[in-house]
Amino acid sequence: MSELVQQLFNGLVSGSFYALLALGLSVIFGMLGVVNFAHGAFYMLGAFGAFVLLDSAGLSWRLALVIVPVALGIIGMVFERLLVARLVRLDPLYNFLLTFGVALILQDVVRLKYGVQSQPFARPTLLDGTVSLGLFDWPKYQVFVFAFSVVVSVLVWLVLARTRVGMIVRASTERPELTRALGIDVRRWVTPVFGFGIALAGLAGVLAAPMRAVNANMGADLIIVIFAVVVIGGLGSVFGSVTAGYLVGMLTAVGNLYVPAFSQSLVFVLMALVLLLRPAGLFGREEGVRT
Amino acid sequence: MIVSRVLAGRSPLARLALLVVGLVVAFGLPWWIYPPVALDVAAWALFAVALDLLLGYTGLLSFGHAAFWGTSAYATGVIAVRTGMPFYVAVLGGAVLAAVLAVPIALLSVRRTGIYFAMVTLAFAQLVYFVANQWRSMTGGENGLQGIPREAFGMDLSDSFYFYYAAIPLILIGLFVAWRVVHSPFGRVMVAIRENPARARALGYPVDRYKVQVFVISAFLAGIAGGVYAISHGFASLQEVYWTTSGKVVVMNILGGMGTLWGPVLGAGIIVVLEDYLATAGIDAVNVVTGAIFVLTVLVFRRGIWGTARHLLRRRVRAAPDPTAAEAADDARSAAVVR
Repeated sequence: MSELVQQLFNGLVSGSFYALLALGLSVIFGMLGVVNFAHGAFYMLGAFGAFVLLDSAGLSWRLALVIVPVALGIIGMVFERLLVARLVRLDPLYNFLLTFGVALILQDVVRLKYGVQSQPFARPTLLDGTVSLGLFDWPKYQVFVFAFSVVVSVLVWLVLARTRVGMIVRASTERPELTRALGIDVRRWVTPVFGFGIALAGLAGVLAAPMRAVNANMGADLIIVIFAVVVIGGLGSVFGSVTAGYLVGMLTAVGNLYVPAFSQSLVFVLMALVLLLRPAGLFGREEGVRT
Repeated sequence: MIVSRVLAGRSPLARLALLVVGLVVAFGLPWWIYPPVALDVAAWALFAVALDLLLGYTGLLSFGHAAFWGTSAYATGVIAVRTGMPFYVAVLGGAVLAAVLAVPIALLSVRRTGIYFAMVTLAFAQLVYFVANQWRSMTGGENGLQGIPREAFGMDLSDSFYFYYAAIPLILIGLFVAWRVVHSPFGRVMVAIRENPARARALGYPVDRYKVQVFVISAFLAGIAGGVYAISHGFASLQEVYWTTSGKVVVMNILGGMGTLWGPVLGAGIIVVLEDYLATAGIDAVNVVTGAIFVLTVLVFRRGIWGTARHLLRRRVRAAPDPTAAEAADDARSAAVVR
């Protein structure tokens, strides 16, 4: 029993990464209709950003937690302006392929520079050790990651649901033409939203650096799991993506306990079930509303 | 004018000329390039054409075709290793298994369209990858399946040059099947689904069933290609079911020009030869190159090589004073298909 609770907690922690990545992917998709294949690569860049800042500039992980997402957000905006924007009016598949190519390039460039072995990254001392909550002693860092991801997800949700900016973004997502007709410059919001989504990926990367293997391929397989997560949750649904992220995290962790050989496959089985029973995703709306 | 007619694929004579050129290349290739690379070109060409049935003609981007190529590579290998049957039988067995695997994947995947279809097929391919990784007794896990024999009716096929000629009929038959599918009433429905699924449905065609059928045919042909590849290398590895393989076959289509059949063949040739060149030159940046080709093609060259050439030449034909030529050019593809 206690093992199960431990595993569920571990699941929530890995689910935190899924949730943050799926959130960024969903926000970008909602605004631009673009599925960003390079999302995993930006996550990897986030972790490497933290590594490089610590290794060559001696900047602490806490600073990296701020600097790296901002820097990647800016890079994301440049990326959107230079490349993604050119294809945004065409079939979304073209941007899928474009970002796929970018992901290949980014991963290979990092691999050529740093090799395939993982870079060492020390856990921040402040978050070392354990904290006693309820029945168990939990590793402090993991608790922090989970809490942080929940806070970020709730903040994003609040911004989208309660603020004027969020209202504009939601309106642009649902009915771009109508929103424009109401006198709102939809295009003005596209680039910042894209940058924000990339910043979230970078944030997840920085969070991952102290507890995951930091190497060029760390985002390569992850992005496919994230795709499955957003299909399960309903792409474009912020709530659905985040919930599905934690859900998949826990499912995989419990799978680790009972069927270790197939734990990685479970997410895809769940995706198959969702497609069978609810093709639009658990929290998604039926297709056809937007074409 | 001759060249433009050839590329536009309109006059029967021009198409015959193109076919002859294609066959000459198919049979002459191992004389010009290293025979194992020649067979790689052939196998990837069939793989790319198989994907083109879905991507170019039905408008469905499958980003998980490595699942079928790889499944057949493993299955072909297992059949060849364990039964010692002629490799033709092994390849056929592998392809049938790939097609069988494609049925459930297709049935689930066609429930979504567009970008979702790409993501879902990618995810299912990753499932196949994990299974291949875990099922060590069958696939050899990370070590791969080694020592696949080249066995056929007691022929000595150890020399890749001779094996090429033993295997190329399988590839050519596969390509012919793809051509037949596209130039059939069934193929017309595929194009109709690509152009306007709602209208195709309104005309009474069961769109999803057609999609599943194309998917299964495509998986079968990808399976033939994967099986030949495995026999040729004597080896099937996890690389065969990995998503970079799915991406590679997509880039071949985009680069060559999807929806043209000849384009993916050309794209496969270019990518395989380029990778071979990079490997021999000791340049360890294959993915940077592949990625750059992806980005550039998608940004500035969306019709691909074949598609661009055909488009440019058709424009020239259209500019010509002959009004019938212009008229024919307008609907060249459909005309070719109807004929």
